[in-house]
Amino acid sequence: MSAIHVTTKINGDVVDYVCEADETLLDVLRNRLGLTGAKEGCSTGDCGACSVTIDGRLTCSCLVLGAEADGREIGTIEGMAKGDELHPLQRKFLEHAALQCGICTPGILVAAKSLLEHNPKPTETEVRFGLAGNLCRCTGYDKIVRAVMDAAQEMRRA
Amino acid sequence: MPLDSTLQGKRDFKVVGTRPLRPDGIDKVTGRAKFGADATAPGMLVGRILRSPHAHARIKKIDTSKAEKLPGVKAIVTREDLPDHTDGDALLYDVLYNIMAREKALYEGHAVAAVAAVDTRTAREALKLIKVDYEVLPHVTDVDEAMKPGAPILHSTIFTDGLEPKPKKPSNVVRRYEFGHGDVEAGFKKADIIVERTFKTEATHQGYIEPHACLANVGPDGQGELWVCTQGHFMVRDTCARLLGMDISKLRVTASEIGGGFGGKTTVFIEPVALALSRKANRPVKVVMSREEVFKASGPTASTSIDVKIGVTKDGRITAADATLRYQGGAFAGSPVEFGAMSAFACYDLENARTIGYDVVTNRPKQAAYRAPGAPMAAFAVESVIEELARKVGMEPIDFRMKNAAREGTRSSYGPTYGPIGLLATLEKAKQHPHFKAPLSPNQGRGMACGFWFNFGGQTCVSLNVNSDGTVALSVGTPDIGGSRASMCLMAAEELGIPYDKVRAIVADTSALGYNDVTDGSRTTFATGMATILAARDAIKKLTARAAQIWGISAEAVTWEKGYAKPAGSNAGNFPPMSIAEIAAQAGATGGPIAGHHEYSADGAGVSFATHICDAEVDPETGATKIVRYTVLQDAGKAVHPSYVEGQFQGGAVQGIGWALNEEYIYGKDGRLQNAGFLDYRIPVCSDLPMIDTVILEIPNPGHPYGVRGVGETSIVPPLAAIANAVSAAAGVRLTSLPMSPPRILAALDRKAAAE
Repeated sequence: MSAIHVTTKINGDVVDYVCEADETLLDVLRNRLGLTGAKEGCSTGDCGACSVTIDGRLTCSCLVLGAEADGREIGTIEGMAKGDELHPLQRKFLEHAALQCGICTPGILVAAKSLLEHNPKPTETEVRFGLAGNLCRCTGYDKIVRAVMDAAQEMRRA
Repeated sequence: MPLDSTLQGKRDFKVVGTRPLRPDGIDKVTGRAKFGADATAPGMLVGRILRSPHAHARIKKIDTSKAEKLPGVKAIVTREDLPDHTDGDALLYDVLYNIMAREKALYEGHAVAAVAAVDTRTAREALKLIKVDYEVLPHVTDVDEAMKPGAPILHSTIFTDGLEPKPKKPSNVVRRYEFGHGDVEAGFKKADIIVERTFKTEATHQGYIEPHACLANVGPDGQGELWVCTQGHFMVRDTCARLLGMDISKLRVTASEIGGGFGGKTTVFIEPVALALSRKANRPVKVVMSREEVFKASGPTASTSIDVKIGVTKDGRITAADATLRYQGGAFAGSPVEFGAMSAFACYDLENARTIGYDVVTNRPKQAAYRAPGAPMAAFAVESVIEELARKVGMEPIDFRMKNAAREGTRSSYGPTYGPIGLLATLEKAKQHPHFKAPLSPNQGRGMACGFWFNFGGQTCVSLNVNSDGTVALSVGTPDIGGSRASMCLMAAEELGIPYDKVRAIVADTSALGYNDVTDGSRTTFATGMATILAARDAIKKLTARAAQIWGISAEAVTWEKGYAKPAGSNAGNFPPMSIAEIAAQAGATGGPIAGHHEYSADGAGVSFATHICDAEVDPETGATKIVRYTVLQDAGKAVHPSYVEGQFQGGAVQGIGWALNEEYIYGKDGRLQNAGFLDYRIPVCSDLPMIDTVILEIPNPGHPYGVRGVGETSIVPPLAAIANAVSAAAGVRLTSLPMSPPRILAALDRKAAAE
């Protein structure tokens, strides 16, 4: 099988890579580009640990081929903080102790950011359904929901 | 080790009990934290494991010749490459058999061979080229079926222990356990009302989001390194070294950040295989399980079948309690039935109690620990009967529980007499809680349940180095599974009298510390925490001695206060207080580096109790259940970092909600798992749940200087019963099988309608 050349933008930077035709975007990010913030929890799109955005749309990167990223804009957890300034969601997750082991955290943060971009003033129920594609086994989601609601409020004030 | 009584009783905390940010927080929210699958090494190969498609089969021949010839394949290992070094250690032999099948494959997913290749595709291709000649055998996956005469026998070597006389024929029953005191038959004669019921629970998986992953690197000199996500890297080191016939000193294991474990990462699966592949290929090898492999070939918990019989007098006093518990723990000995039998009646003050447990093997993956192993199922059965008895006696279930609750001085049903415990306190608090009095809507029911867990101490070794600027480097050997580094920094800072952010805790690798038991048994904040406190006291002794040396007075004349050495009184001399930083800066001139350490087998882990309240709403049309309100009240002894204590309460409750309502291992007639993925094995998602309210009680554990009790496991013990009681109240019919999935609830509603 011959490799495919891909030109894409990841977290604002132009990136070139070659990948196999059957390689997922998640594998490309993790194994070829060293962006291991996206995690593989299931490889079937059920857990959301590999969440990224493609052209602003929330996606499981395990369900997309690396070749499909050509000409698109990819956003990953590594691009969420601006320099040394954490995104309000990242800050609120720490303040609310909204993570225990932290393996789902990158995916949940990417999903929560996407949720707040589409709905800056979500109700608790909207947050719960907005994050229903991201599994967390440690927290029971209570502190995650509180952190997202708190971050949303702060972002609205800003 | 008994605790020095002078260490006890501290209650005036400065930093313990506050909620600072965790030291590993930034890495975890930015994607920088390195988990098991995130490591790489130069020249790294990809390891993949071939697994049995059969639930039970004799392995007649494994032919790897074609796979070996595939370009890019660098090593293949089978049972031949993992010879038996276990030297008569039966438990270790089971581990060996479990990580690579020997004469038989004992469950679907049992490892049969492994390949290391240059890339994933080649490794996958090579697995297809390995030819295994199986003779398929009859199988059994249900616990009650496995105990019947004539059931397919897994091991010709199992003759039930604990029976008199010892059976002459092999069976699937590994061992019979019995606990209790008094005379249950006499007790039942005094009872006015007796309730007797049988319960079943299905196997569930811990469901950690991070699949097992490791990176092994063994050189031609026989020295090896292993990077692995585990709850205990010292356990991994010792187990792997023994399985591979290596000196322990030749293997260095580093614990990665761990993406959840809940007990499931307290043993080895892929690690010895990765090391064997690396040794054979002479290259680093990374092995990462797929989610399907995690379900089929790691360690879920037991499925169970339990009989409970409890008798009471008309005024609500329990006269006798009896239970028989049958747990299947997969293909090898060691289901958690012993803990189930020990803990079943632990919440009650009983004159006559007996529990009998049977450890049973079946053609399923070998179970691993899952948060309070064995206890939630036993509590489900017992607390369901307790609720029913209370109603029959005409008492509020909470009053009935309070009347019969274990308290300080109660002889527990498993033997020891309790010291100060918090069960009654959680019940009293529950009764006052607004949740308890809140109105219910139609189709809703309220249930409650109590739960108990032993907690554990274990081998622990901690090293605390005072840096030249007066900051502190704390090395612990227990992987941080949910914020424990923050708790360690809090305890070190409290003891030394310095700010929290002046202490940095790391999980050191196996070459840096003495043996540390696994992070399990809710032991880390208790045992590693106590070792940290004692290491800090050791450092303080040295710091004050150095100050004395500098001042030219005796060490006894110096005290330690708020991070400063001070002369003990005016007689000692008139010197200004000297800070930890000032003493540390002169360390080179006063005798060298200053460090405190502590190593021990921690004793005195205080038992822990909780009471949970649950409101459930059952849709009579669909049988679907929604948890509408949930409250956890638990004794933490002392909450070191309250946010992470609450997190443990909430996480355990929600795992219990999944276990109660949805999660189950579903086997086909062919003995194969039908739902090995998160779509069909559905763990709770965010939209399934309400907020989980928590109430932390602090009844100090006399076995810890700050009163700490472990909190991680107790929170999963009451939910199965609390939810079953709520659902049964809502549905108007007693549910006795878990999970209470819509088909089971509809069937129960149909039974109720037919009976009316």
